[in-house]
Amino acid sequence: MARSSDTDKGLTGGSSDTSEDRGVDQRADPLRPSDHIDSEPGDSGDSGITQPRLSPLGYLRFFWRQLTSMRTALLLLMLLALAAVPGSLVPQTSSDPNGVAQYKFDHPTLAPILDKIGLFNTFSTPWFSAVYLLLFVSLVGCIIPRVKHHLEALRSVPPKTPARLSRLAGFQAFDVPRPADPSAAPVSAEIAVAHARSLLRRAGYRTRIVGDSVSAERGYLRETGNLVFHIALLGILVTVGIGGGFGYTGQRVVVVGQTFSNVLGSYDSFNPGRFFNDAQLAPFNIKVDKFTVKYEQKILDAIGTPIEYKTDVTTTQPGATAEKKTIKVNEPLQIGGTNVYLLGNGYAVNVVVRDGEGNVALKDSIPFLPQDSNLTSLGVIKVPDALPKQLGMQGFFYPSAVKQATGAYASNYPDAINPLLSLSVYSGDLGLDDGVPQSVYTLETGKLKVLAGTQSTAEEKPITLKPGQTVKLPDGLGSIEFTGVSRFVSLDIHHDPSQLYVLVFAVLIVLGLLTGLFVPRRRVWVKAVQGENGLRIEYAGLARGEDPTLERAVGDLAKRHQAVLDPKSASDRRKVNP
Amino acid sequence: MTTDQLSLYCLYAAYSAMAIYTISFIAFALDLAKRSGDAQVAATAAIKAQAQRLAGKAEMIAESAGTPGGSVAVLERTDVDTGADAPRRSSKFERIGMSMMVLGLAVHISSVVLRGFAADRVPWANMFEFGLTGTALIVAVFLIVNLFVNLRYLGAYVMGLNLILLGVAVVNFYVAVSPLVPALQSYWLVIHVFVACLGTAFFAIAGGLSAAQIIQDRRETAKNPGLRLFDTLPGAERLEDLAYRIALVGFVLWTFTLIAGAIWAEKAWGRYWGWDTKETWTFIIWVIYAGYIHARATRGWRGARSAYLSLVGFAAVMFNFSVVNLLFKGLHAYSGL
Ligand code: HEM
Repeated sequence: MARSSDTDKGLTGGSSDTSEDRGVDQRADPLRPSDHIDSEPGDSGDSGITQPRLSPLGYLRFFWRQLTSMRTALLLLMLLALAAVPGSLVPQTSSDPNGVAQYKFDHPTLAPILDKIGLFNTFSTPWFSAVYLLLFVSLVGCIIPRVKHHLEALRSVPPKTPARLSRLAGFQAFDVPRPADPSAAPVSAEIAVAHARSLLRRAGYRTRIVGDSVSAERGYLRETGNLVFHIALLGILVTVGIGGGFGYTGQRVVVVGQTFSNVLGSYDSFNPGRFFNDAQLAPFNIKVDKFTVKYEQKILDAIGTPIEYKTDVTTTQPGATAEKKTIKVNEPLQIGGTNVYLLGNGYAVNVVVRDGEGNVALKDSIPFLPQDSNLTSLGVIKVPDALPKQLGMQGFFYPSAVKQATGAYASNYPDAINPLLSLSVYSGDLGLDDGVPQSVYTLETGKLKVLAGTQSTAEEKPITLKPGQTVKLPDGLGSIEFTGVSRFVSLDIHHDPSQLYVLVFAVLIVLGLLTGLFVPRRRVWVKAVQGENGLRIEYAGLARGEDPTLERAVGDLAKRHQAVLDPKSASDRRKVNP
Repeated sequence: MTTDQLSLYCLYAAYSAMAIYTISFIAFALDLAKRSGDAQVAATAAIKAQAQRLAGKAEMIAESAGTPGGSVAVLERTDVDTGADAPRRSSKFERIGMSMMVLGLAVHISSVVLRGFAADRVPWANMFEFGLTGTALIVAVFLIVNLFVNLRYLGAYVMGLNLILLGVAVVNFYVAVSPLVPALQSYWLVIHVFVACLGTAFFAIAGGLSAAQIIQDRRETAKNPGLRLFDTLPGAERLEDLAYRIALVGFVLWTFTLIAGAIWAEKAWGRYWGWDTKETWTFIIWVIYAGYIHARATRGWRGARSAYLSLVGFAAVMFNFSVVNLLFKGLHAYSGL
């Protein structure tokens, strides 16, 4: 942009419409990508058409400029939105692994193709990552020069007063009346300008006296907010990407009365972050004292819907006394920098199994996993210590059993009103000694002999037990006693040191957004002109970015300034116009 | 009163509100028709006036031809005022439409309150309830914004949209009062869902303005502008400014919704972000509106082009509310249907 000499155009009456003449001063303006709507068109070669042949470095610069342009940012944002869509159409392994399995089963031809392009893991596919990484590279390229420029602008003074204010926003002029007493000195230009300046300063403007005028600017915070917003976006990406690697998540089913110790071996499942080490497992114990669940009783349509889950626990940490705490849904327990969530619950059946030789081979509470909203639960009882043969049992627990027309059982209420255990019994090698890890919730029945079950080869029907009952097993292999039911809770234990930082950045995003969008950035000028009829004051403003209230602000300033210069007329006006 | 009675009265109130909104909608539609007629008349009158002026001027020149120094400088505005700035006096229909809208909202709010009492909690925990409360918010936001800028020309749009959404909520999504599942029992339900509905209300109005902007833009660039009634609306640029500012408020609210949702998810499900379908769509909407804001600041995109993004954004909001809630599986399965 051509910057003309420093002569005051107001005096020379120059009429060339330079941007300075319009009160635009790019040194103080926020720096924008060259295709930003407020930057001067054509002042940088981003079009590519007028470019001469480029050297390799030139190509790099050209490419970089393209990448950091507004158009590219826009394109990448749209691509990001688009790329996220498939992740919502198809179940995702991370959030819904069962859904993925079901989907693969339902769509045997389509699923492999989708799998190939990563649609079951959309948010970690190379193409999704490429979009957001490019976006963030573009963001970095966009922010760095802007931050540099803004830091300079923060120290700069407002630009010179334009020659003609009359073409600017909210322009108005005011003739200072001569004092009623002719001997009194009329208001001088200096005084008028000084008054204006102090008014502007009080309103938060940065001011500069230029001749008989004051040039004022405010709203640097707008650009600061915008930059804070964009930097906080980067902050979130980086903390999630790197900070997430220092945490872990794990699950553990704990039957009421049992204690969970936070060591690696006591987890049922455990997902460490990339940078995890054992030292991050804070030492604590949680003893589950009680689990209560409240069911809806009043509203007919919803009877039996659980309306509250609550776990009472006793926590112990080294060097601290034991504490009583509660864990609820929405109210995790915080302990040792770790959050403990109550995410599931169900019934554990208490059984005593005696083997063929009359010894107690198992006495335990076995969690059965809920299958429906009335807590029909599925579970497995393994008795590897039974002699002469290992025993395995598989079956259902019904908290409120009813016999259906088919003869099968079902549960019709989630509370344990009429508990019933129904088991198929197998004998043989359970395969626990092969060294292959097995889930405690599944029983490989392929090589086992069916003692009791629905199969035609079974010697007996499945055995059914009510609490307190004991049933002999076929073939003289022992007996099983159902001593009662307990509740279990499924605890999720999460440690994520980056979480707090993510929250801080999220708050910065909101604050940056609010200031970046709603703080008006504007320039205002007040100029004293010595006319034939005495002193004439001109007011005008210029918006830098969205500024719907500019004209009103200039009007308010003018009114207050006039009230200072001419208190009488101001009070007169108030009388006329209450 | 029992829960059942209260919910029944809630429905009565909702149906009454719909009846009143229908009257309001008809009044606004008549107003649009009248605007069309007015614009036609104004245009014809302007042409006639101009013809007369030209004739008069010719006479004057003829008369003053002999007098020395008799050329008279005639400075007259010849452009037809399109009513953008000169505030058009509101028609009777428009006034009826507005007052019916206010009345409808009062009844509508009573329906929301009754549902709240029936359920003994905030009435926005299933699809029927967000439909009921969200539509009330759209009308409320529209009326409040109207106190600051005249948006009455959008009355028919707001009423039409509202009738559809409220109708679907009441007829298709109605569920009896049911207790909250534990995951929903949190003050974040109050904050997160309410702010989401409020953001949606702003997006809805911005969407209407953007649509009007696109039509106005077409007329301004076309040789033969049809749809005379748009003569009585502000110009495309003014519509764009308004749409943008209202969408900005929506965007800030949506940003808050996203963050509040993440905080709540952390409490209820043990992780703040998991790309659950609803989370994904909230993110998609947020990115689309960020794109819209960028587009407005990108050379070559200001104007109708960016307005399309605002429409895409609002379409995504509606999609998120309807299809995603109903058909997509996810943790947010609280449509209650
Ligand atoms: C990571 C994705 C991005 C998001 C979600 C985003 C979002 C936003 C939002 C919401 C605003 C308006 C808020 C404010 O003014 O404070 C904004 C403004 C802006 N962004 Fe971004 N942005 C992103 C990336 C970028 C990139 C890569 C660039 C550089 C090319 C960029 C340049 C700008 C500029 C110059 C403005 C000011 C617009 C104006 O003058 O109104 N942004 N952005």
